[in-house]
Amino acid sequence: MEKIIFYILAVVMIVFAIASVASRKMLRSVIYLLFVLCSIAGIYFLIDYNFLAAIQLTVYAGGIIVLIIFSVLLVHHIEMQLEIARASRQIITAFTCLIGLAVFLTVIYSYDFKVVQNTIPVTTKQIGTKLLSYEAGGFILPFEVISVLLLAAMIGAIIIAKGKKITSKNKETV
Amino acid sequence: MIPGISIYEILTITTMLFFIGVYGFITRKNLISILISVELILNASVINFVAFNKYLYPDMLHGVLFSIFIIAVTAAETALAVSIIINLYRQISSVEVKDVETMKH
Repeated sequence: MEKIIFYILAVVMIVFAIASVASRKMLRSVIYLLFVLCSIAGIYFLIDYNFLAAIQLTVYAGGIIVLIIFSVLLVHHIEMQLEIARASRQIITAFTCLIGLAVFLTVIYSYDFKVVQNTIPVTTKQIGTKLLSYEAGGFILPFEVISVLLLAAMIGAIIIAKGKKITSKNKETV
Repeated sequence: MIPGISIYEILTITTMLFFIGVYGFITRKNLISILISVELILNASVINFVAFNKYLYPDMLHGVLFSIFIIAVTAAETALAVSIIINLYRQISSVEVKDVETMKH
């Protein structure tokens, strides 16, 4: 049963990822990315990390996709067709990517992973305790660094997006 | 771990996702499309972290925690990129890569 679900998720993921980088309509390509992200969340559910799947759904499907759609609608007309690279360049890139894929897969399949058979459940409590523990192996420092980084990024985003023209427009209207 | 699925299949899928992202990153001519490709690449790496944690070291949590950090960094990066794109569109009315080749504007 899990096997069938995994293969369905994998096919959906790959097909929509290809559609997302190949589609010429901007908004459609964002929606295809949404499908890819949701199937990744499905893989997290299958692998038994429910907290991570919830984060994936809220942050990506709820936040990042909405941000990208927002910027697309501000910047484009919905039906605008995109300019696309020359055919020769596309073929060369696809060929190079296929070579890279082959190299990666040969390396992966030639390595013998020491897989541990297990069904150890991971609770949200364990993750929270580990994230805030300041003993050896705790993650309190990167947690704080990430929080400061997020704050700085948000303030920077506001300052950059505010721009100069808004103030001049305000002066004109006033 | 997923019953009946080995780690090799998961790694195959993430590698394919990664190279689809690289392909989009190189061939697309639009800043927002490039942002979407970067999202694909980052997500492939996050699945790798989670799969390694679950299949190889199930009694530890480092893969999950680093995945959370990667997701946070991605959110910050997307917010900054969107704000830069909106600002660029306001100044030069375009988000094509060929129009933004000079940094000073």
